[in-house]
Amino acid sequence: MKDIRDVQMVGRTSDGRLVQRPLSGHLSVYLDFDMVISVGHRVTGCAIAVGTLVLVWFLVAAATGEAAYDRVSWFLRTPVGTLVLFGWTAALWYHFCVGIRHLIWDTGRMYDLRAVRRSRGVILGVTVVLTALTWVIALS
Amino acid sequence: MADAKGLKIETMRSYLGRARGLGSAHAGFHHWWVVRLTALALVPLTLWFVFSLVQLTGAPYAAVRAWAGSPVNATLLLALIAATFQHMHLGVQTVAEDYIHTDAVRLTLVLGVKAASALLAVAAAIAVLKLAIAG
Repeated sequence: MKDIRDVQMVGRTSDGRLVQRPLSGHLSVYLDFDMVISVGHRVTGCAIAVGTLVLVWFLVAAATGEAAYDRVSWFLRTPVGTLVLFGWTAALWYHFCVGIRHLIWDTGRMYDLRAVRRSRGVILGVTVVLTALTWVIALS
Repeated sequence: MADAKGLKIETMRSYLGRARGLGSAHAGFHHWWVVRLTALALVPLTLWFVFSLVQLTGAPYAAVRAWAGSPVNATLLLALIAATFQHMHLGVQTVAEDYIHTDAVRLTLVLGVKAASALLAVAAAIAVLKLAIAG
């Protein structure tokens, strides 16, 4: 023992042996892939919320007149506008996929670690496919 | 509650919770349920909306107006708008309540997002109704 506080970390195993209890705070335990997926669900949710401003702008412009519609059309064709639109669709499909997993979880299914690990690959794969499909159709 | 001889538990609420008036408001389940219900509605609506819009890329103004103004599309657009903004303000509220611990900041943000969601939803709905009814 090097520090007086270590006495708080001494415990006994079930067969009575004195052991040093493990310290908590292993960051690698806390920051894993599944946690990033979960945080990503919240981040993309907030990003999509900001993106609804563009959606409402688009609808209101379409209802206002051709000049207003041309302005939103022009913005979406600028590099910044296209990037916003691309980010919005990618975030939307990601949130869509993770959201469906949440709905499956709500039925009590797919809670075991193997199913969770398998599903994260599916989530990322389907997100890429749907985003790619969206843009391939849009640009063709 | 506690008497002179000992502790008698009559409620699951803590004394601190009772003193502050911060107990269950019995609104949590409804919040959770509406998020799920709108999420479920948004699955088909999102697929329909994105792939409809994608096919309109580069279409002339008149075609976009005609698309949004048709009765079926206008109905689905209104459903999409209602579900989206309801899901949105409840979702942002969850995130804000988890991460923002300063009461004034959290309340300002949550109420601001709720106000913005309501106004955006009404604006979008009026736009769709104008396209559908006024042509």
